[in-house]
Amino acid sequence: MNDKPIIRIQNAVKTFGRDIHALKGVNLEIKSGEVVLIIGPSGSGKSTLLRSVNRLETLTSGNIWIDDDSVTDQNSDIRKIREEVGMVFQSFNLFKHLTALENITMAPLTVKKTSKKEAKEQARQLLDRVGLGDKEDAYPGQLSGGQQQRVAIARALAMNPRVILFDEPTSALDPEMIKEVLDVMLDLAKEGMTMLVVSHEMGFAKAAADRVIFMDDGNIVEEGTPEELFSHPKEDRTKTFLQHIL
Amino acid sequence: MAEIKSSRIEVSDGALVPDKDSHSLFSAWKISFFGAVAILIILPIVWPDPYRDILKFIPDGILKTFQVTILSIIFALIIGLFTGLGRISRITIINRIATIYVEVVRGIPLLVQLFYIYYALGKMVHLPRMTSAIFAMSFCYGAYLGEIFRAGLQAIPKGQMEAALALGLSRSQAIRKIILPQTFRIIMPPVGNEFIALLKDSSLVSILAVSDLLRRGREFASTSFQYFQTYTVVALVYLVITLFLSKLVAIMEERMQQHER
Ligand SMILES: Nc1ncnc2c1ncn2[C@@H]1O[C@H](COP(=O)(O)OP(=O)(O)OP(=O)(O)O)[C@@H](O)[C@H]1O
Ligand SMILES: [Mg+2]
Repeated sequence: MNDKPIIRIQNAVKTFGRDIHALKGVNLEIKSGEVVLIIGPSGSGKSTLLRSVNRLETLTSGNIWIDDDSVTDQNSDIRKIREEVGMVFQSFNLFKHLTALENITMAPLTVKKTSKKEAKEQARQLLDRVGLGDKEDAYPGQLSGGQQQRVAIARALAMNPRVILFDEPTSALDPEMIKEVLDVMLDLAKEGMTMLVVSHEMGFAKAAADRVIFMDDGNIVEEGTPEELFSHPKEDRTKTFLQHIL
Repeated sequence: MAEIKSSRIEVSDGALVPDKDSHSLFSAWKISFFGAVAILIILPIVWPDPYRDILKFIPDGILKTFQVTILSIIFALIIGLFTGLGRISRITIINRIATIYVEVVRGIPLLVQLFYIYYALGKMVHLPRMTSAIFAMSFCYGAYLGEIFRAGLQAIPKGQMEAALALGLSRSQAIRKIILPQTFRIIMPPVGNEFIALLKDSSLVSILAVSDLLRRGREFASTSFQYFQTYTVVALVYLVITLFLSKLVAIMEERMQQHER
């Protein structure tokens, strides 16, 4: 892990309409290779924060940088930045009309103009890596939730991103499928991938997270190592929340 | 809070679409379709005069009807695609133009549009009848298909676009490679129904003296004075064609539902 922050979020404010204040001035730095977990009650702004990092949401004010590229500057080439930032969604969002393999090759072929042969080779390796080597011709509808999410992770990896954002990657899954997805994520963490993860999976947090961040009501309330935050929370709000989910 | 029950009723103006009981031996569809076919076979056998002559005279018209229908649906699909995209566009001016087009077309009867394009505009630019007919039909159905495209585009979950954007695709790449292919798939059955509706409406072009199925019938009837016999055959031929096509649409729909699972 080196010390240069790869993601810098400075005073991020996001309002929807007049009176929904989803983010109220969030500051956060993620270093290269760090695995950071975000927890917090529903509506606290976790997704909004994550989605602001690749500009699926546009901040009302504040700044976000990936390395030295500004995400929030309307003149910056957001597509170039998005190539560097993978995203995995709660509802997988696999392209329904494409096979597992085609889902993975889509972006390399269209965005990076990789050759067909190369893209396929890479996609097959990625499918092997997530344990789905035999599913390349399956359509999303023919895969279980856990399998779909693993394809989605492979799809994000195909662009060789420097950071991957995970928004509740396991909360749409049946309990027996959660582990297969978390195992893939654990491997990624071990390999040094920079990960910003919204999740309430304590096991994953303890095994892989360098830092846990507790958000409430559009603010970061408290942060620390998993041990610090889970076992010795300082703030009352954190304590109350942890009592609910533990 | 009391729940408000919606009491919408839906009655399509399409041809009889085979429903669940269509697998039974005497479904409404089977009775209508095979009944019509049987009558068309029996009539010329029992009364060769005039039915044989009628059946010899009108096939040219059937071809013309299909020609008008197929060409119109092709142009209407192209217009409909851009109209649908325009209707969901975030660029105000494009959105407005598309919406106005749809509203205007839907507010004017097709027959009036045909007259307008052939006779009124014909004063300025003279278009051949066939061209006017196809132009008017495409112009009108482009708006209907535009609404189907719009509904289809909006039916694609937002996450599909977001996933594509997050991977670095541009908005237009995402539309071309992710959204439209899925849209085409889901709008196939409604487009099939519009095709059938267009085929029926194409009988209106006979007033421009395009010799379609109806016009051929009229020509035959007015020289032979066999009005009852001629129009019976014309009606039955339309019926057989539309019932056949609606069966195809129903099969397509069923296949798609199975594919979804
Ligand atoms: N597109 C939107 N339009 C209006 N309000 C929104 C929109 N997206 C989010 N919000 C609101 O912003 C606030 C933060 O939402 P966000 O989705 O970031 O919360 P979250 O922490 O991810 O919650 P959850 O755990 O339920 O996913 C909520 O009040 C939500 O209703
Ligand atoms: Mg969320």
